[in-house]
Amino acid sequence: MVFLWAFIVGGLICVIGQIMFDVFKLTPGHTLSTLVVAGAVLDGFGLYEPLIDFAGAGATVPITSFGNSLVHGAMAEAEKHGVIGVVTGMFEVTSSGISAAIIFGMIGAIFFKPKG
Amino acid sequence: MSNKKKKNLTPTQQQYQDFANKREVKRPVFKNCIKAFLVGGTICAIGQGISTFYMYFFDFTEQTVGNPTVATLIFITMLLTGFGVYDRMAQFAGAGTAVPVTGFGNAVISAAIEHRTEGFVLGVGGNMFKLAGSVILFGVFSAFIIALVKTILIEWGGL
Repeated sequence: MVFLWAFIVGGLICVIGQIMFDVFKLTPGHTLSTLVVAGAVLDGFGLYEPLIDFAGAGATVPITSFGNSLVHGAMAEAEKHGVIGVVTGMFEVTSSGISAAIIFGMIGAIFFKPKG
Repeated sequence: MSNKKKKNLTPTQQQYQDFANKREVKRPVFKNCIKAFLVGGTICAIGQGISTFYMYFFDFTEQTVGNPTVATLIFITMLLTGFGVYDRMAQFAGAGTAVPVTGFGNAVISAAIEHRTEGFVLGVGGNMFKLAGSVILFGVFSAFIIALVKTILIEWGGL
């Protein structure tokens, strides 16, 4: 059942992105930035967590979850250290996505040749 | 094009703008949305499969399983990007491949591969976050503002 909801919710978030591409004529960079900010704002109001419980990977795989986990890391650390924790804890939860992108980007650059 | 910009153009240029707008191919919005829905949904369903695998065989909880899932998806993206499959998928699916985290991975990895001819330090290192940098910048900055406001409200507002 959770697979179906992951499919539907993830698909709908992609449709929002597609509408921003086609109807509002935004570049992919603008679209993705907006979605990340949207994810962060949603988590600020505590709305993203219920979505993850409901849709699983449908909410964690789209880029909106990046904003969500940034806020999450910052808030978790802020509870311990106050305002300073906002800066120190920022990447605590998100590190996997960015480290994976950097590491595999480097590996890709070493092993693959540019095409076309 | 905004009206302010239009005023600075000569009449001939304005005519050309109107002409170009009329001839511009209408984007098949509905069809594109269906494609984005199907492909994006499939990527998320695959992600759910990976999540289930990690929850079943390693002790991750539903809240923490997102991290290894994202890393695995980016690894798969590296292979697809390296073999040139991802570009073809992206042409078909539009936002369906751009919005999931695989699109973020693709932006980093394709920039890294593309610029390796300029050397590893200036080429790969300097250009890796050329496209994905904006996502990180706005994500981090908005998260900073939100977390700051929330923390201040909690500490001094007794929220």
